[in-house]
Parts: sequence; C-alpha cells; structure tokens
Amino acid sequence: MSIDLAQFFQTFFEEATDHLADMERLLLHMDTAAPTADELDSVFRAAHSIKGGAGIFGFTRLSGLTHVLESHLDLIRSGKARMTEAIADELLQAVDYLRLLLQCCRDSCEPDEAEYQGMLQRFEQLGSGAWATSTPPATALESEDGSFGLFAAPLTEADEGFGFFASPPAPAQVEEAIEGFGLFAPLDAAPPTAVDEGFGFFEPMPGKPLTAVVAPAEAVRAAAPAREAGKPAPAPDAASIRVSVERVDQLINLVGELVITQAMLAETGQHVEGPVAERLQNSLNLLERNTRDLQEAVMSIRMLPISFVFNRFPRVVRDLSHKLGKGVELVIQGEGTELDRGLIEKLVDPLTHLVRNSIDHGIESPEKRRAAGKPERGTVVLRASQQGGNIVVEVSDDGAGLNRERILAKALENGLPVNEAMADADVWQMIFAPGFSTAAEVTDVSGRGVGMDVVKRNIADLGGRIEISSVAGQGASFIIRLPLTLAILDGMSVAVGQEVFIIPLTYILESLQPGPGDIRRVAGKGEVVHVRGDYLPLIPLFDVLGLRGVHDPATRILLLVQAGEHKAALQVDDLLGQHQVVIKSLESNYRRVPGVSGATVMGDGRVALILDVADIVHASHTAQAA
Amino acid sequence: MNAPVSSAVEYLSFSLGAEEYAVDILKVQEIRGYDAVTSIVNAPPFIKGVINLRGTIVPVVDMRIKFELGEPSYNEFTVVIVLNLAGGRVVGMVVDGVSEVMNLPAADIRPVPPMASVVATEYLTGLASVGERMIILLDIETLMASPEMGLVEAVVA
Repeated sequence: MSIDLAQFFQTFFEEATDHLADMERLLLHMDTAAPTADELDSVFRAAHSIKGGAGIFGFTRLSGLTHVLESHLDLIRSGKARMTEAIADELLQAVDYLRLLLQCCRDSCEPDEAEYQGMLQRFEQLGSGAWATSTPPATALESEDGSFGLFAAPLTEADEGFGFFASPPAPAQVEEAIEGFGLFAPLDAAPPTAVDEGFGFFEPMPGKPLTAVVAPAEAVRAAAPAREAGKPAPAPDAASIRVSVERVDQLINLVGELVITQAMLAETGQHVEGPVAERLQNSLNLLERNTRDLQEAVMSIRMLPISFVFNRFPRVVRDLSHKLGKGVELVIQGEGTELDRGLIEKLVDPLTHLVRNSIDHGIESPEKRRAAGKPERGTVVLRASQQGGNIVVEVSDDGAGLNRERILAKALENGLPVNEAMADADVWQMIFAPGFSTAAEVTDVSGRGVGMDVVKRNIADLGGRIEISSVAGQGASFIIRLPLTLAILDGMSVAVGQEVFIIPLTYILESLQPGPGDIRRVAGKGEVVHVRGDYLPLIPLFDVLGLRGVHDPATRILLLVQAGEHKAALQVDDLLGQHQVVIKSLESNYRRVPGVSGATVMGDGRVALILDVADIVHASHTAQAA
Repeated sequence: MNAPVSSAVEYLSFSLGAEEYAVDILKVQEIRGYDAVTSIVNAPPFIKGVINLRGTIVPVVDMRIKFELGEPSYNEFTVVIVLNLAGGRVVGMVVDGVSEVMNLPAADIRPVPPMASVVATEYLTGLASVGERMIILLDIETLMASPEMGLVEAVVA
C-alpha cells in the first residue's frame, strides 16, 4: 500500500514543482503595475492546484500557506487588493518557501515551525487590509489547518477551480466522503482496500467496492475534466505523459544494443554470397535505416529545450541586481535549443555561477557605466545554439571585461607560472585555477574563489569545454561547448598497431597523408607537420597509447584535430570507417584512463576505446612546454 | 581475517600454477572463455584489457601474471571467472583452470598463519584441507578493491 501512495506522492511533487515554476514565471513576467486578468488567474490557479493536492495528501503546512496565498491572490484578482512590485517580491519569496516546504514533504523532514508561522503571518497581514472589507471569514482559515481542512473549506467557500468540491455531494455522503479521503492523512485509520478504491480513478482496481468510499471516487472522477479545464492555458504540449528517467534510459540502452546487433549483422551479411546475397543486403540496409531512425527517436525523448535551465535566470538576475544596486537586463536567446536531459540538469550550477559572476564582477555600477559612456543598465545575454554536433551556450555581458593585470598579479601571488607576454586566452584560463578570485572583497554573491574551478570541472565532466573571450571595457563572454548528447557520438575508427580506436568526429578537421618534406623534427625530439603554412605538433598515437608496432613513415596517415585553442596532427596507421557509436562507461567497472573518454562495442562484438582527444592534445602540449 | 561464520559455505576452486585457490561462489557470476580482449592504454601487464559482456564493459585481470603463478598462455581452454563484486562492479579474472564447487564446513578452515606468500595474507580468509589438498581461500572482494590491483579509482587522484 505504501508503495502505491508513494507513487501518487511522486506525481503530486512533480506537479507541484511545475506549478511553482509556473507561478514564478508568471510573477516575473507580470507587469506589476497593470497585471492582466489572465496572468492573475493563472497564478491563482497554480496556487490553488498545489493547495488541493497538498490537502489530499495531508501536507497541512503546504496547503495552509498556499491557502493564505490563494486568498490574497483572489483579492487581487477580484480587484479588492492591488498588485505592486513589493507584493510580487513577497509572492516570489513565498514561492521559494513553498519549494522548501515541498522538499521537506518529499524528504519527510520537519520545517522550522517558527519560520512557517512567520511566513503565514506575513501573508495574512498582507491581506489584512482587505480582509476587513471582504467576505471570506477569518474562521475559514482556522478550520483549514486540520487535515480535512481542504474538504471542509470549499464547502463553505464558493470555489470554481475544483469542480468537484464546488458541487458538494448530498449531506449524508459528505461525512463519508471526508472519511474516505481523510484516510490519506492518518494512514492506519482505514483498511487498505479502501485506499485503492478511493484512488480508483487512476486505474480501476478489482476488489470489493466499499459503498462508503465509492462516492468520493465518483466525485473525483467527475472532477477530473473540470480540473483539466482549469489548467493554465499557455501549456502548449496538450498530450503528454510522465515517464521516469530510468525507463527512458532503459529504452536507450536497449536501442544501443540493437544498434550493435544490427552492425554485427551488417558485417556478417557482407560475407554472404550467392543468389540471396542481394536480397539480404537490401534488407540489411533497410534494417540499418530503421535502427537509426529508432535510435534518433528514442534519443529525442531525453532531449529537453534549454529553456528548462534558462527559465530560472530572470529570477536570479532580478534578485541579484536588486541586491547589488545594479540595473541589469537579461536577454535570452535560443531557449528552444534542445539537449540531453542529463546535460540540462548539470548545466544549472555552472551557468548560475557564470551569470552571478557576470553581474557581480562584469557589470559595473551605474555611475561607472555612465562615466564610461555606456547605458546605465547593463546587459547579460544567455544564448544557446546548436553548431554541428555541439551545443554552444554563451553567457556574455557588456561590463568591464576581465582585468588582465589583476589576474596576472593574482596568479603570481598564488604561485602560478606566468609571464607578461602570455596570450590573453592563456591568461583568462587562469581564473579556472582552484582558489582563484580577483574580487576585491568577499561578498555573499561571489569572490570566495570557489566557483570557477568547479564550473570548469562540471563542464569537463559533461565532455564539454569552456572558452573565454574578453575585451577590456566592452565585456566578457564565457562560451561553453557541449556534446549534443551523452550517450552517442559520431566517430572515426582508426587502426593503431593491432588495436582499433574511436576518435570523435567533432574534433577532426581533416585527414591527410603527408609528403616526405612536410614533417620536420624540432630540437631532435618532437616532430611538426607543415600544413598550408601552419606548423602543427605531430602526435604519434602509438607512442601516446604505449603500443608497440612497426610503423612505416611513408604510409602514415595524419588526422588534424582541434581541441579548444590547440590544433594537432594525430598519427594513425589506418582509417577504418565512420560510425555512430554508443558510449559505454569504462569507469563503471574499471577506472578512468588518461587519454580515454570511454569505450564502445564495435560491429564484431569487440570493445574499442574512445580517445579523449582534448586530453591527449593537452598532455602533449604540456609535455612539450616542460 | 575471520573464518566464515556460517557452518558451511560453497566455494569455487581454481588452480593457479601448482596452487589451488577458492572464492566464495556467491561472488561468481559466470565462467566464460578468454576471447576478444581489447587492451587498455597504459595499463599494467596483468590487466589484460576489457571485454564486452553483453553490452557491459568488463575489465579482465590475469591472476597468473599478477601472482606470477603458472604460464600465461591464451588458447581455447583459457578460462575467465566473471566476478560480481560489491557495488555491482563486474571483473573478470583469468586462471589456469576451474576445478570444482565445494562445500567447506567452517571446521575445516584454518586461520592463515603469518607467512610469506604471493598473495598478501590480508587478502586470504583461511586455509582449508580437503583430503591431501590444501586450498587457499581468497578474500576476493578486498583483493579486487585493493590499490595494488589498480582496478578502482585511487582515492587521491
């Protein structure tokens, strides 16, 4: 039984989280001077839905506070109270607090009672001016504090949102209805089958219908459409279902296996001869196409628009700019760009850091901006776009830009190897060193020097890179490049010695066979290759990978790769082909291997390692510098 | 190390050179042939590489190389014992041969005396005598998680 209830809890938590997000979004976008009726209705409905759900599951605090909120929103909606900037702020804080409460319900922990009462009082007082003149009696509030409050209240208060409470059942049934629902709060008070019936509307359960409980079940069923109709209008995805991430991942894994099996079949099919060969080949081609389509379709389930991350930033920017007394405009572009859900979640922290940094350090105070001849309000741009197999997320500001001198001075102080002649790009990279902060003073916003190194590590964990460009006086931008998805990549398979390796296509610029005069030795050890006027370091892969094997310089093939700022030429023995490979973790049963980002299973069932080109290029770069 | 508490535990015994070892059979997932191993970049010699075990990447350790016992030759008779360890980690180990599944009553298991052996005594749970044979019981969980095997991420990178 507890399992069933937990399932409903989960649905409630997810819905409530969505509603809170809706409320926040609406409040932020609202023109507080003249809010439209639609906006107010939507905020009201979101609060109302949370209250309803919280009441059903016996989260009395959650329903208590949302009730007070809802009452006040109702006053505003009916024109009996005014919406102001200050009230919007209060409401936003309430949303934050509700999130906290929701988290508490989820973790079954107890929120601080004093804080809760304080919150409650604030909002009761907020409405108190209007209370005197409006009809809802203060006693209704009191009665709602009990676990049955929700059900008692709508009977006295006309309420259009939840149809099923508005039309109360016959008096005789009311008692039973309350009893029937009440069992969600005190669990042990009711027989388990009754609960099943009570929630029967999710799925008709076989079992003896208890007359006492059938009535509410009916009522709820009847209410479902009413509730649906009451949902906020702007939700564009009309038909959707909630599926747990595990199930989607399981699907992705299975499709991954299917892709491998298909590749095995294709390989075997090539060796078939005779009259059936052509027919088999046609079928195999069809299978390949279908598998690829299926794979893309399944992968797209995990894709979410990046607006899921971006949407939280209007709030962050608003709060922070108020706090710091800076005027900051947030511009969001490309929020429809889709990327893997796993990436989305892990982007939140790094992006928050970068945005906070931009506002705190990047954007100057209004006075300074005026003095510099810039508009007083600074601008922070969040931009996402897809560029080939990469997602590029950019946080840029029109502030002061990074301060080269200060970074160099700080780096010197921290004992980092620096010199005056360093390229800007190298200087900027130093702010990613652990414990590095040039902030003049530590504020609670930033300046503790933790952060940028974490940002860099988080991004690296996602298989991405972060680059900085900055112009003094004009602003800085942080550019994050991420792979489209964590699960699959397009790669080139190459032979090195007896082994086969996969090199991600995103790194590869071109492949070429150098002429004898193109390769020069430098200082007797390293080699460089001359490509169209550029000298690129040559990295023999068999050396890096510790493989023995004869290699004939005349037949060597070079892959030109670019990792971040650095270009290099990787020397391989042969190019085998281009594949879409499913990335498997090497670390789940083994450990991280330098120069290797993962593994995959090839068409013949063998494992091939996926090379971490950036790591290899970087390692050779530092080895040469040393 | 303490002898197993329960009265009798089933063990899978295997040979490494002239010596006979055994592991708790509950740690054994399956036994398979040695095949299609992809070597890992810059790994120590006893880590032969990784295999594809139904879609999972599993490292394979050659115990004969690790403990310098027996001849590390690879043919169709080479066996890999696939272990399922704590935390769901799967590791394959190459041995000379798998002998049998045996029931060892706790009474037959003697503590390990302080001695010099190829396997450090902290990775041994005891010695058992079965007839004329002496079987060395391995604490495979601790051994595979130990830093000297290099199979898991070192705490300090």
